[in-house]
Amino acid sequence: HFVSLIKKKLTFPWFGMDIGGTLVKLVYFEPKDITAEEEQEEVDNLKSIRRYLTSNIAYGKTGHRDVHLELQDLTLCGRTGNLHFIRFPTQDLPAFLQMARNKHFSSLHTTLCATGGGAYKFESDFRTMADLQLHKLDELDCLIRGVLYIDSVMSRGLSECYYFENPTDPDHCIQKPYTLENPYPLLLVNIGSGVSILAVYSENNYKRVTGTSLGGGTFLGLCCLLTGCSTFEEALKMASDGESTRVDKLVRDIYGGDYERFGLPGWAVASSFGNMMSKEKRESVSKEDLARATLVTITNNIGSITRMCALNENIERVVFVGNFLRVNTLSMKLLAYAMDYWSKGQLKALFLQHEGYFGAVGALLELLHPS
Amino acid sequence: MAECVGVDSNTSGHSMDKSITLPPDEIFRNLENAKRFAIDIGGSLTKLAYYSTVQHKVAKVRSFDTTAKLYEISVQEEVTARLHFIKFENAYIETCLDFIKDHLVNTETKVIKATGGGAHKFKELIEKKLGLNVDKEDEMTCLIKGCNFVLKNIPHEAFVYARHADSEFRFQTANPDIFPYLLVNIGSGVSIVKVESEDQFERIGGSSIGGGTFWGLGALLTKTKRFDELLQLASKGQHTNVDMLVKDIYGGSYGCLGLTGDLIASSFGKSATADKEFSKEDMAKSLLHMISNDIGQLACLYAKLHNLSRVYFGGFFIRGHPVTMHTITYSINFFTKGEVQALFLRHEGYLGAIGAFLKGAEEDNPNQYSWGENYAGSSGLMSVSPDMNPMQRARSGTFDMLEMDRLERQLVNLPLLQDPSSYIPDTVDLTEDALARDYWLYCFEDALDGVVKRAVASQPDIPEAVVRAEKFRQKYRHKLLTLRHQPFAYGSLTVRSLLDTREHCLNEFNFPDPYSKIKQRENDMALKHYQRTVESLDALSWEDRQFALVSGVLAGNVFDWGAKAVSDIFFLNLGVDIILGVMPFVRELLSRGTEVVLASNSGPALNDVTNGELQILTERIAAMDPVAGLQEDRLTLVQSGSSSPCLDLSRLDKVLAMVVRERQTDLVIIEGMGRAIHTNYYATLSCESLKMAVIKNSWLADRLGGKLFSVVFKYEVPLGKVHHNGATLMLS
Repeated sequence: HFVSLIKKKLTFPWFGMDIGGTLVKLVYFEPKDITAEEEQEEVDNLKSIRRYLTSNIAYGKTGHRDVHLELQDLTLCGRTGNLHFIRFPTQDLPAFLQMARNKHFSSLHTTLCATGGGAYKFESDFRTMADLQLHKLDELDCLIRGVLYIDSVMSRGLSECYYFENPTDPDHCIQKPYTLENPYPLLLVNIGSGVSILAVYSENNYKRVTGTSLGGGTFLGLCCLLTGCSTFEEALKMASDGESTRVDKLVRDIYGGDYERFGLPGWAVASSFGNMMSKEKRESVSKEDLARATLVTITNNIGSITRMCALNENIERVVFVGNFLRVNTLSMKLLAYAMDYWSKGQLKALFLQHEGYFGAVGALLELLHPS
Repeated sequence: MAECVGVDSNTSGHSMDKSITLPPDEIFRNLENAKRFAIDIGGSLTKLAYYSTVQHKVAKVRSFDTTAKLYEISVQEEVTARLHFIKFENAYIETCLDFIKDHLVNTETKVIKATGGGAHKFKELIEKKLGLNVDKEDEMTCLIKGCNFVLKNIPHEAFVYARHADSEFRFQTANPDIFPYLLVNIGSGVSIVKVESEDQFERIGGSSIGGGTFWGLGALLTKTKRFDELLQLASKGQHTNVDMLVKDIYGGSYGCLGLTGDLIASSFGKSATADKEFSKEDMAKSLLHMISNDIGQLACLYAKLHNLSRVYFGGFFIRGHPVTMHTITYSINFFTKGEVQALFLRHEGYLGAIGAFLKGAEEDNPNQYSWGENYAGSSGLMSVSPDMNPMQRARSGTFDMLEMDRLERQLVNLPLLQDPSSYIPDTVDLTEDALARDYWLYCFEDALDGVVKRAVASQPDIPEAVVRAEKFRQKYRHKLLTLRHQPFAYGSLTVRSLLDTREHCLNEFNFPDPYSKIKQRENDMALKHYQRTVESLDALSWEDRQFALVSGVLAGNVFDWGAKAVSDIFFLNLGVDIILGVMPFVRELLSRGTEVVLASNSGPALNDVTNGELQILTERIAAMDPVAGLQEDRLTLVQSGSSSPCLDLSRLDKVLAMVVRERQTDLVIIEGMGRAIHTNYYATLSCESLKMAVIKNSWLADRLGGKLFSVVFKYEVPLGKVHHNGATLMLS
């Protein structure tokens, strides 16, 4: 069924979808080269979807379009247009399906390429609630495809990839573009609700090295329990105002300074949340301090595991992606610092502008160029 | 990024309780001779170590030509070295220091070695109370030193934990080569240390997510202050209410990666909401999983990077807690796909104190001796599981002890063991075999009256022997009761360990050799029959003689001594056995021109002949028997290094090993039920071996599919080996 659709001319709309544990990521290609003839043929339903998506930046209470990430004048399958990046919480998927039903999405006979665990979990909901058939795709395949594609189209103008120069010097730490030419081998660390670490040797040759359950979901989950906040943005805001050293026990808190015998600097965290063993200290910390400590704990731990994987796999370049890093310069700088410091400059931490959307992009590419 | 021991101000609700009285004959024993103190003060527990000399009575035999008696037995005072380690809650420090001060006689001691995060906090108190200078030692160095020491000296020190198996604790056979290994110490933070040799170790990594994170974050989330209570909460919780599992994202498993649906995709992933309440238990459980998995994962990554397969876990996060041992074991299993096993240590809590002590005792060269765990004076491993039994409950909050005796001889492997690393001395592991355990525990309990009687009878001129014998009874009965509830308390429970424990308890109450008089009497009598026995043997045809000789070794009752009633678990091994059984057998070998190395116990155990006794017996026999070899150096008498009716071939006297090598021994004969059936029945040697015994216990005979008094005569030849003309080692 799917193959036969491809053989025909690809009908609009073109979507790619990644349904994660916390967020649904949606990319939408808006054709800008629609001929008058096409315009006339375009059914009303399609038109209304296009207008709805492109004329708003917020959908309902929780849907957002990341306008700053939009890619304009992109050529895809011979068509020119803009690529839009939209996200909403996975828990609001029913509302999305309701909308798709209201807008008679199924009448367009399009194929919806979807990846992420939700493509499996909600497949029957798509069918029963919105009469939509999902084409399910592996999330790691999509992720890698998406990363490579976006990097290739971005290198024309702004660089997709960047790093932090002087990561261990806070006063001179600046974001710099990085060209991902000859990217292999590279370690790809995807930080969503949980974390997956992939070793990528070529476009089609990769393996999942390991993963950890201490990811973005853990940060937000713990922050909600510890501070009563309810959104990622709130949690990040608090973290940026807090001081983790009041919560964590540092090497210098135990040894008075550096633990020289083992090359541990005094500022290093000896025990995350270690100060919270004491009642007095528990009573003296702020919510902001707790949020900051949670962020630092989760980020450093991802850094440690990544560094060990890089050593075991003998890979020096590490690309961090995933929505945990969205508007989270704090964590990115921490990761850059940790990679550089503990590897004595051997490892380089790289980041990508479109952080969490690569899986969705990969799904869209699968629609256009099935592999 | 980590350290070893957390210092905490609100560790426990206990206040300094000075009113407690310490039972002096149980705790801080032998203080009058104590020297070389060391102390390890952790976040909640203090571990004190000292060295003492113990005077105890030993029965010595001496040749005595002038009277009719074969030899003289005299009870002498002997001084041996002992290490004491005591563990107690920090709340008792002051009381304990006072007690030590009041009882300390030795004034040569000037310094106390100290380690642990709490050492500085109590420095002044210690210096004031004891008048000793506190000398701080590096924590990690002490930890590693202690770890090396227990791994080398305590068989069954390391174990694998399997919560749902028949026996929770699976003890590892002591590998003679303990290096290299990885020690993951989970204190407030985590330190990962690679140990390559006695003096060479490196902290290769660590993590800040450790016991302090569980405790600190747990206290914030659940408003529960104590670490133990947090663990209790965790053991009752359901993490799936808080964690986001793979199936919560996928609806099922993520098949193509082999990630099952129950796997945690995101710890605390379900709590990212403001409008739901979560139970304390569930949050504690989720936190426990998160931290254990994370530590396990890092440990595996380091083990892989450094190519290490032995990974030991310690620190207050582990310390005997079944909950954390289980989650760590699970994590290691998951991340290495079963290739690496998480190992734990029975005396993990003592490592720092042992190491600090060893640092202070370097001039005594403690590492050149072999040491043995004294079962009488050691508390043994106690499970602190949430559903612990009343005995354990009573124990928590009190004192835990470990005592190590310095052995007179250095112990090594028998060089003829096929594979020392896989050698298991004991035939049946009673920790795993519940039926056998019940039987033997009952058996030893049942035989206790007889042993007490024998002990009293062995000291007829000392009236207070009755009181001591009664104390012995209580102590051993208590040990048996402990073992009934906690079979794993001293490592794998075996017939050998039950016997050894009894010997240790007898020694404890100054019954060094209850059988010495009986042995003397029987030897005397047997010696009178010796000449007649060998004469009648010599009169037999070669074939008949071989048969008679073997029967003699086996039963000792072929010469019409009559069958003995089975009064104790172990039948006599003396008199008849040695003089009329073993010696004629040895004589036959010698007269064929074979060199014989005859090994016997170093110290007394039941009625087994000791090397001291055998020296005299052999002299006497040589004096009346002209057979060549008895007088010459073709017969070598050596000590086995053991003081047990059983035999551990991985812990034998160094001299014995040397003689075995020098004489190019190529036949080993192991004789007796203790040595050839309870132990070594399955031992594989690199040369020919012969195991011979009579089953003198009907239950065991039943179990082995035979009858009471059935004979085991097991001759084994390793592939490709034939008998040459080397010496024969006879272990009796």
